[in-house]
Amino acid sequence: MGRLFDFMLPENKSPLTADPTDGLFHFINEASLVLFLGVVLAMIYFAIRYKRKSEDDKTPVITHNNTLEITWSVIPLLITFVVFGWGYSGWLNLKTVPDDAYEIHVTGFKWNWSVNYENGAQTINEIHVPKGTPIKLVMQSRDVLHSFFVPEYRVKHDVLPNRYTYVWFQAEEAGESQVFCTEYCGTSHSNMLAKVIVHEPEDFKTWLDENRGGPSGSPIEQGEKLVSLQGCQTCHSVDGSDLIGPSFKGIWGRDRNLADGSSVTVDENYIRESILYPGEKIAEGYQNVMTPYEGRISDEEITNIIEYLKTID
Amino acid sequence: MANASTSASSAASTPMKLKVKQFQPAQTPTNTYLTDEKGVWAWLTTVDHKKIGLMYLGSVAFFFALAGFLAIALRTELWTPAKTFIEADTYNQLFTLHGAMMVFFVLVPSIPAALGNFILPMQLGAKDVAFPRLNLASFYIYVFGAIFTFLSLANNGFDTGWTFYTPYSSDTNSAGIIWVTLGVFILGFSSILTGTNFITTIHKLRAPGISWERLPLNVWALYATSIIQVLATPVLAITILLLAMENILDIGIFDPALGGDPVLYQHFFWFYSHPAVYIMIVPGFGIISEVITTFSKKTIFGYWAIALSSLAIAFIGFLVWGHHMFTSGQSAVATTIFSFLTFLVGIPTGIKIFNWVATLYRGSISMKTPMLYVFIFIFLFSIGGFTGIMLGALSVDIHLHDTYYVVAHFHYVMMGGTLIALLAGLHYWWPKMTGKMYNEPLAKIAAGFIFIGFNVTFLPQFIMGAQGMPRRYYNYIDQFTPFHQTSTIGSYILALGFLIILYYLAHSLFKGKKAGPNPWNSRGLEWQSTSPPDFHNFSHTPVVIHGPYDYHQPMEEFQLGLAVEHGHGEEHLAADTTGSKAAEATIA
Amino acid sequence: MANHSATHPKHVHHHFVDSNQQFESAKLGMWVFLVNEILFFGGLFCAYIVFRAWYPELFTQAALELNTFWGAVNTVVLIGSSLTVAMAIRSAQNNQKRGLEINLLITILLACVFLVIKYFEYEHKLHLGIAPGTFWNPTPEIAAVLDHPKANIFFGIYYMMTGVHGLHVIVGIGLMIWLYMRARKGHFNSEYYTPVEITGLYWHLVDLIWIFLFPLLYLIE
Repeated sequence: MGRLFDFMLPENKSPLTADPTDGLFHFINEASLVLFLGVVLAMIYFAIRYKRKSEDDKTPVITHNNTLEITWSVIPLLITFVVFGWGYSGWLNLKTVPDDAYEIHVTGFKWNWSVNYENGAQTINEIHVPKGTPIKLVMQSRDVLHSFFVPEYRVKHDVLPNRYTYVWFQAEEAGESQVFCTEYCGTSHSNMLAKVIVHEPEDFKTWLDENRGGPSGSPIEQGEKLVSLQGCQTCHSVDGSDLIGPSFKGIWGRDRNLADGSSVTVDENYIRESILYPGEKIAEGYQNVMTPYEGRISDEEITNIIEYLKTID
Repeated sequence: MANASTSASSAASTPMKLKVKQFQPAQTPTNTYLTDEKGVWAWLTTVDHKKIGLMYLGSVAFFFALAGFLAIALRTELWTPAKTFIEADTYNQLFTLHGAMMVFFVLVPSIPAALGNFILPMQLGAKDVAFPRLNLASFYIYVFGAIFTFLSLANNGFDTGWTFYTPYSSDTNSAGIIWVTLGVFILGFSSILTGTNFITTIHKLRAPGISWERLPLNVWALYATSIIQVLATPVLAITILLLAMENILDIGIFDPALGGDPVLYQHFFWFYSHPAVYIMIVPGFGIISEVITTFSKKTIFGYWAIALSSLAIAFIGFLVWGHHMFTSGQSAVATTIFSFLTFLVGIPTGIKIFNWVATLYRGSISMKTPMLYVFIFIFLFSIGGFTGIMLGALSVDIHLHDTYYVVAHFHYVMMGGTLIALLAGLHYWWPKMTGKMYNEPLAKIAAGFIFIGFNVTFLPQFIMGAQGMPRRYYNYIDQFTPFHQTSTIGSYILALGFLIILYYLAHSLFKGKKAGPNPWNSRGLEWQSTSPPDFHNFSHTPVVIHGPYDYHQPMEEFQLGLAVEHGHGEEHLAADTTGSKAAEATIA
Repeated sequence: MANHSATHPKHVHHHFVDSNQQFESAKLGMWVFLVNEILFFGGLFCAYIVFRAWYPELFTQAALELNTFWGAVNTVVLIGSSLTVAMAIRSAQNNQKRGLEINLLITILLACVFLVIKYFEYEHKLHLGIAPGTFWNPTPEIAAVLDHPKANIFFGIYYMMTGVHGLHVIVGIGLMIWLYMRARKGHFNSEYYTPVEITGLYWHLVDLIWIFLFPLLYLIE
């Protein structure tokens, strides 16, 4: 297209959602530029042309001019009506999900995006989609407000607790697009990133079948996958480095000092309690920021996680 | 003398003959408000609107320096995509503090409470605001609000962003939030009292002859601002009180975990906070109108258009809060209406800009520093306005919401608008307030630094915002690095500009040339007093027979006052009307 | 300055032209302040309306727990105090020092009666575990009738509205006591009764807000 303000926008990878937005973006920019130059150049021209010659300069009494004032009120008004209508229709388009859209569930929580597919497949911070198909993401939050934003698709919506919201898009090329969280959600807000990974339709089918039913394998393998899918590693490292929470490395069977001065041995019950009710026992030197997992994780899954944690030395 | 004896209508009564005489303000006054009472205690307990204005000005400058320093720290941290020198939690607290301080401690009180307090009664020819003790109380309430905010810092601080969105603000880190919400709650009262005071003053304390059509546009702007302050701030107070209760008692109105609704909080919050942006910007419009007429020596173009558009902005401004929530999950109907009304509020703003530019036409334009700031204002504020239209457009806002585009937009409006207008006003009235002139060449150089620094800081933010860079990010992805680094360099240039201003204003206080009563040859009533003014502003009760921008009328006719020394008002007026012979006899 | 004392009585502050201007200003200032008070309560009424629209059945259910009889008594008490405040202003205008004092005292008394009744209402509810927020812990009998999951929000709103109103009553009592002291010293007369007048305005508003609160909270069908 090659429009004047193309340099400002990221690549357009979902024309069905992005095109109306981009068209209006360019229109407002170009119209504004014309008006802006008009105002600024007039101002500068007057400043030079009517520079003060002496302190006794006489100026004419011009109090108003109805024609002029009506003109410069009505023309901008009409322009803004156009902008409103254009923006409104583009927004309706963003809200109206095509009937044949493929649904994927997305859950935001501090500070990860967890993604669930129709056949039980699960991913974390990766949204796998087929190209050329409208995709509807049904989203909710487990804790505070988040907001799901893909610049290359021009879509964004807040993600709320106790309510579902959605966005839709249709990626036309295989590849990756960046996802941001744009509603401030705490310490690692700026690390709450994800990728939309667009596959060829047949590749997507294969991928989906391979991941059917969620984690599988031995308890340790399942535990490892769960730790990754639940986003535990955002705050708890497995290599001993210190993040927002204590590292998982080598904790099994050791004593741990708590914030209230007491200490506790890291065993099955401590881990179970720390997952379900993290506020009960706070490790010394850390804040109480973890979201409780009560009601979100089964006992079997906790057992698998415990088996995995035992192996991290 | 053209109008030796003249009829002037006082606020509430029918036209009557007044005994008037010409008063020329002394070049070097012997007794001013600065010499009238002395000592720290006299300052701290003064009820003089001029001193209270200066105390506000000092506090606002202090908080601006503090919050500006935080901004420099934030920009420095953003030099690299990962950690540069501070931790994520510190960064989050700093941007919250930067926003909260700039909004509540700098922008809201800056023009009305500091410059407005000083200038408004003088432009009305009044001796003080209607409730001087309330005025002092509002200053101390402001100080208390500030103390509570600092107490919050001592109690874990707060990292919610200045918007305090629930449930983040009701779930985490309670102690700091409780202190700061109480601080903002208290601060609200300061704003309410100032607004109440100004409305009453404008209605009841106008000097003889100042009818509504002779009100300076600065007064109109402050009037519109005060109406917003009185109508909007109590809603903030109750919102913030409910938020505090949410933290103390978990009453559950806004917290989804207890059955409440976070979107309801956003509605409550923006019902105040959108009108609040007009509390910040509308007084700036007033200053621009004053300065542009003085330095073009010309009647304002479209007096009523400018005066009424301030009121229009004040009222429509109450109906557009939902445009902060297009992506939040509010209802579709609400979203549509809010978007539509948002454009309507853009129109009166545009009209003002056109009127100001038209005022320049065939004027006698002198590019002194205040005028230079007016030009900078029109340049920057127009960009802020156009990008506001962009953000009001529904589909485009979905893409731009909560990105750096929004950050750049409100900095262009708030800093490029309000703060630049404040600088224009500060330079314009500096000689009146202090009786001293500042260093003009240095002032122009500083204005240049600020203009360039500002654009280098914030123009790249439009681009990276449109590219997708979200706001309130401690880390960012590599592709944004060049934009962030340019922006950071710009912020240093900007800071340098402010340091220069600090230097020459301080210098002017001690070594500045004497200014004389009216260095700009303005027709404004506030300039018909000595510099610095008398304790009672004027040595006489002024009588006004012309509009404030009647540059085609001779200066002498703006220097009229009641012939009775230190006239106390309507009893005198009634007495004076008895014989027009006496009135004629007393004219100098 | 010769006629300064003649035209500028002691109670008129230096920056006012005359007594009338001062009176008009004080009155306007108070009206502006009352507008601001209405908006302050308006926020709470808004929260009330929103939640009532969402959960109408909760409001009918929960209102049964409020004691309509004592609510009505309190309404009568406050209306009575509005009357006595109006009579106090009248007395001041007529230079009746004694009448002013007595009417102020009756107003203070009625305001205290209101607070005492309110105290017993609160006390009773807290006893039953009907407390705001986290302290929500109703007794089994209450929980049996009031089984709505969001009952705590109704009482959150109830305590906020009546609590903030109660604070206004307390502030009003303080103002009345201050007026009474000044009245005893003979500060007020037909020339100068501005503080009585504007405090009266404030008190009428406090009364008016209760007149809205009573049916909205207690009398839900």
